[in-house]
Amino acid sequence: MAKEENIQIEGKIVEPLPNAMFRVELENGHKVLAHVSGKMRMHFIRILPGDKVTVELSPYDLSRGRITYRFK
Amino acid sequence: MIGLKGPDEIKKMRAAGNIVGALLVELGARVKPGVTTRELDGFARGFIENKKAIPTFLGYQGFPATICASVNEQVVHGIPTDRRLEEGDIVGIDVGATLEGFVGDAARTFAVGKVSADAKKLLQATKEALDRGLAAAKDGNHLEDIGYAVQSHVEALGLSVVRDFVGHGIGRKMHEPPQIANYGKPGRGIKIKSGMAFAIEPMVNAGGWQVKVLDDAWTVVTKDGSLSAHFEDTVIVTEGAPLNMTRLD
Repeated sequence: MAKEENIQIEGKIVEPLPNAMFRVELENGHKVLAHVSGKMRMHFIRILPGDKVTVELSPYDLSRGRITYRFK
Repeated sequence: MIGLKGPDEIKKMRAAGNIVGALLVELGARVKPGVTTRELDGFARGFIENKKAIPTFLGYQGFPATICASVNEQVVHGIPTDRRLEEGDIVGIDVGATLEGFVGDAARTFAVGKVSADAKKLLQATKEALDRGLAAAKDGNHLEDIGYAVQSHVEALGLSVVRDFVGHGIGRKMHEPPQIANYGKPGRGIKIKSGMAFAIEPMVNAGGWQVKVLDDAWTVVTKDGSLSAHFEDTVIVTEGAPLNMTRLD
């Protein structure tokens, strides 16, 4: 079968939550719960409400994601 | 969520898998110079329907045939045509059958008449890679152990493993989670448990691993035009060697 990659989509941080979780509003209006990827944690990339980010979603659970990039 | 198969389900999966396994033996005997892949497809459809099963590929996301027939540089998903097989070709045949709601999925790559030493080596290596992958699919191992077993064997022989297509969980649907890549690092990925059903399918290229899809939106070919082979079996994981549902040859 063809390999299915995770879905990458852009969004905006709405609200920071405990445990490095964030509520993110996606381009299409959906709101998802997203955590910060390990690499971003290691490099102390700060994320604040209003930041534009890239979120990776798994095709199996579209309500949760992983923040992989913060736009400057 | 990866469902575990109990004795009843395994019985049904074996029934579906046996049809596919027996069909591949029959197809292997019919692969000869001069035969078209469309003729092989017709035989396969008749064989499956005769056993009161459903050709799983036919109509799957619009696929127009019962088998995928992939000749030489075609990796997978080749659509059967009136092309006549020639002495020296290799042809990969992938087929699925659904019986009582359960799917069997398997593939073999056959030599047409006498083939080059390189082609022989590729077929042998891919078959061995499948066997090593199957041996790694046991309770307590991790998912990427399978890919590692395949990749380490293939690359040691100077061949390469296709990255863009993967094996898969299987059961009531042909494609279920997880995706089973043919490459990986030992000890990574989810833990494999007894009762999981996997279709493991290494695709091996004689040249580089890169592939592209032709304009028909199905046929996958090697980017550098090198030969490619594909073997696949549907198995149920146990604590020892997995139960092979589709191997009758």
